[in-house]
Amino acid sequence: MTNLTDLGIAAIRDGFKAGDFTARDVASAFNDAVAGAKALNAFIVETPEIALAAADQADKDRAAGTLKPLSGVPIGMKDLFATKDVQTTAASHILEGFVPQYESTVSGKLWNAGAGMLGKLNLDQFAMGSSNETSFFGNVISPWRRNNGDTAALAPGGSSGGTSSAIAARLVPGATGTDTGGSIRQPAAFTGISGIKPTYGRCSRWGIVAFASSLDQAGPMARDVRDCAILLENMAGFDPKDSTSLDLPVPNWEAALSTDLKGKRVGIPKEYRVDGMPAEIDALWEQGIAWLKDAGAEIVNVSLPHTQYALPAYYIIAPAEASSNLARYDGVRYGLRDLPDGTNLQDMYAATRAAGFGDEVKRRILIGTYVLSAGFYDAYYTQAQKVRALIARDFDQAWEKCDLLLTPTAPSAAFGLGEKSDDPRAMYLNDVFTVPTSLAGLPAMSVPGGLDALGLPLGLQIIGKALDEQTVLNAGLAIEERAGFAARADKWW
Amino acid sequence: MSVDHATVRKIASLARIAVTDDQVEAMVPELNNILGWIEQLGEVDTSAVQPMTAVIPNVLRLRDDVVTDGDVRDAVLKNAPQAEQGFFTVPKVIE
Amino acid sequence: MSESTYRIQGTTGEWEVVIGLEVHAQVTSNSKLFSGAAASFGAEPNTQVSLVDAAMPGMLPVPNAECIRQAVRTGIAIDAQINRWSRFDRKNYFYADLPQGYQISQLYHPLVGEGHLDIDADEKAGILEAKRIGVERIHVEQDAGKLMHDQHPTRSYVDLNRSGVALMEIVSRPDMTSPAEAGAYLRKLRAILRYVGSCDGNMEEGSMRADVNVSVRRAGEELGTRTETKNVNSVRFVMQAIEHEANRQVDVLEAGGKIVQETRLFNPDTGTTRSMRSKEDAHDYRYFPDPDLLPLELTEAFVEECRASLPELPDAKRARYVDVLGISAYNAAVLTAEVETARWFEALLKEGAEAKQAANWVMSELFGALNRLGKSIEDSPVSPAQAAELLTLVTDGTLSGSLAKQVFEKMLETGDSAGTIVERDGLKQTSDTGAIEAVIADVLAKNPGQLEQYRSGKEALFGFFVGQTMKAMAGKANPAVVNELLKKALG
Repeated sequence: MTNLTDLGIAAIRDGFKAGDFTARDVASAFNDAVAGAKALNAFIVETPEIALAAADQADKDRAAGTLKPLSGVPIGMKDLFATKDVQTTAASHILEGFVPQYESTVSGKLWNAGAGMLGKLNLDQFAMGSSNETSFFGNVISPWRRNNGDTAALAPGGSSGGTSSAIAARLVPGATGTDTGGSIRQPAAFTGISGIKPTYGRCSRWGIVAFASSLDQAGPMARDVRDCAILLENMAGFDPKDSTSLDLPVPNWEAALSTDLKGKRVGIPKEYRVDGMPAEIDALWEQGIAWLKDAGAEIVNVSLPHTQYALPAYYIIAPAEASSNLARYDGVRYGLRDLPDGTNLQDMYAATRAAGFGDEVKRRILIGTYVLSAGFYDAYYTQAQKVRALIARDFDQAWEKCDLLLTPTAPSAAFGLGEKSDDPRAMYLNDVFTVPTSLAGLPAMSVPGGLDALGLPLGLQIIGKALDEQTVLNAGLAIEERAGFAARADKWW
Repeated sequence: MSVDHATVRKIASLARIAVTDDQVEAMVPELNNILGWIEQLGEVDTSAVQPMTAVIPNVLRLRDDVVTDGDVRDAVLKNAPQAEQGFFTVPKVIE
Repeated sequence: MSESTYRIQGTTGEWEVVIGLEVHAQVTSNSKLFSGAAASFGAEPNTQVSLVDAAMPGMLPVPNAECIRQAVRTGIAIDAQINRWSRFDRKNYFYADLPQGYQISQLYHPLVGEGHLDIDADEKAGILEAKRIGVERIHVEQDAGKLMHDQHPTRSYVDLNRSGVALMEIVSRPDMTSPAEAGAYLRKLRAILRYVGSCDGNMEEGSMRADVNVSVRRAGEELGTRTETKNVNSVRFVMQAIEHEANRQVDVLEAGGKIVQETRLFNPDTGTTRSMRSKEDAHDYRYFPDPDLLPLELTEAFVEECRASLPELPDAKRARYVDVLGISAYNAAVLTAEVETARWFEALLKEGAEAKQAANWVMSELFGALNRLGKSIEDSPVSPAQAAELLTLVTDGTLSGSLAKQVFEKMLETGDSAGTIVERDGLKQTSDTGAIEAVIADVLAKNPGQLEQYRSGKEALFGFFVGQTMKAMAGKANPAVVNELLKKALG
């Protein structure tokens, strides 16, 4: 019998429906995989019982003929989504022990669709990071290792590092991530899996611990494009509780998947060819262009002139919003409270937040506080929002010449844990290709394109017009079919 | 724009994050490194553009004036570090 | 701009006072501004709190249409500019009554722009002529929760029921120059809010509070540094606070000191203001547009509906009472000062009562009774319909003025209608000349001494005979007929 943990979401869904196995068998297999992978530290909380309960319900539903879209499919849930009665921490000490009495809209939709929860996945603290090295609960380790005998622990990417690591290691067939500046796409690229950040407003943000409100988006991560489409259909949709939610029907992305790109024009933005880009990444990009041409697309050169300003604009806007969103973590109503003897309310705030937040979180709160403070608001924040408008306009102008864009996802393959954590700026540069799309709110996905010389995955990014996830998924599928990426990390854990 | 020790202390105070002398010492260059880098935004000519106000075109919906929520005190107080008789409690504040 | 005569007499000369008021008015609505929890008063702690109000992780605001509508209606009522495009901003600071760590408000682009309201002349109070006080803006924002400090020796208690309730912040221009003007402005504003129905204006309960900005200067000089005295919750206290603060500032300046721009608190027991323990860096609120909300855009239809929904406002009603109904200016002012009174009076007119008569009766008889009984007009034991019936009985001659007073007393006691009482107690006035003549003859016969005095010139005694006649007829004689017949009898 096939190793059940080798099956993806579509395969599990369809095999279960066909009666090839029970949902309980599937859940048990993944529960075992999870339990045996503690070395990866991908999970903050494992919930095997919940997975089994959902599986049992699925088995009942199959017998009764009341199957739901994801019946029989267990998934991982990034620990940024509030899950009712299950601890939700955002990987921070300040929320350790916090048990929400509510369920996020997105996770609720997945459970209502019949999916089961294997556990809460580790992440960069408050979604701030690109390597999953800022979690209070320890680093997540990528299942990948360099093929030269080097056993250095590698970063799974971030902030959705627990998600990417778990999927790549076959601990879960798919999971949720969130993407603010690249936190779905970059970890997908680092671990050889697929992930899509939908158009801003497609998925509700209600019940997701907020980092940067105008940028955060939930999205699926899985081992292939079809699985991503399936998950996204069950995550997206209008939510009246979220004022930024889009009141539009959810397209049938899976059913409409097609790899025929005839008539589509693929833009290659010249500004994404940055100085010092590794030759292998450039080569993969060329390979991706060839693949899309093969699928029928026309290739066009385009320019996104303000690209270089996207990262600095992001590192003003995101910290500014975060500094305000994280003000509620004050020890009054939930979470950590640090009250040294004889201190007053304001001291309690200062002590609690000093003890509860990690260094990167503090750094970003301070930057955010600074750029919003009196005297600096116009020079920094207003200017950044104007640059953001220019970046969005760059894309609008590009759409006159093309229907999608193809770029590398990340400027390097996965680096070793600890290799970049000394210099925050170096870490921020990881997001250079992903941040512009976040600022413009556009849908974008990463699919694995190949391996580098050290046997580490490299990803290609497809960026689409607002609301055109279909074209993004289709192009992703076209690349997936031609890339034939079948590499997997050897089990060392 | 660069920050000095006094500025870092002031920002930390505004953000209600206690900082030790050592931390301030370390943060000054760290923050200046980042601030120096984001300075380059000043190069961009933004005179002809408005700040972005909505990421994807959308309309602010207004909700009907109906009571649909509340009366969930147990849930509200469930995770409170300290609560008494239906209230959250904090160190006494003198106004 | 006309000035009042109010001055602070300092040791070195006279000082003028400049006053601006920021009024926070709780919007009358079922649910809160950004959450679906109830916005009412007096519930058990933390029972009118949603997860959004408690600022749980991942919670998001969704604006309430009615709160926006009420603010727009209020803006129209003060002739203000209604901004079709406005935006919400976050005001960031840390306090235990502010769960989000920021208040959602509107700094840069408020919902309502410039408007005004008019206050009346009041010579006794030093307001020499009617004056227009400018309003700079009205914006909507969240109210904070409540902190209580007396329940425990070392802890403060936090109740978030009020957190998130909609407030209109109504900011006046610094056009007031005396405590009396400030008092008049507040009373007028409150009346307008109550007419519009957007706020109940109950300052004691805290649904309307005033922050008082005061500065002083010598005539002709630049504006002085102002202080802000927060959360004053009665008109009287506002006036006291201004008086105290203006005098305090003059004392400081005349002693060579400087006024510190600061926030102060008013103590109603002592009538003084004191500086609030300063919150460090309290003034850097780092306002920025709330990224969880989009800009607020109003349709023309929405604004028109708001306009059409407004009742006749106090100034317009007062003018109509004087110009069209012929009611005296004084009466009209009193009758329109409070919306409850105006409503009651309008109901009375609708029942067919004649305006001037009705106005006089309400002013003297009804108000007198309500005062005596300690009741408000909404709790009047006599309804407008009943009052209308009573007035008709006077108009048609059934009752004299004094009989009507008697009947009214009985109406108040028994709750019966005027008609019922008149029939049951036989309180009709009589114009039967034969009967009256007979009584007059009897009175004159019984009072020969006074008759003699009257005939020899003491004309004032006419009233005595009237009184005796009325008494003998238990007040039921038609006074006009008595007068006529008595004149005849006395010759």
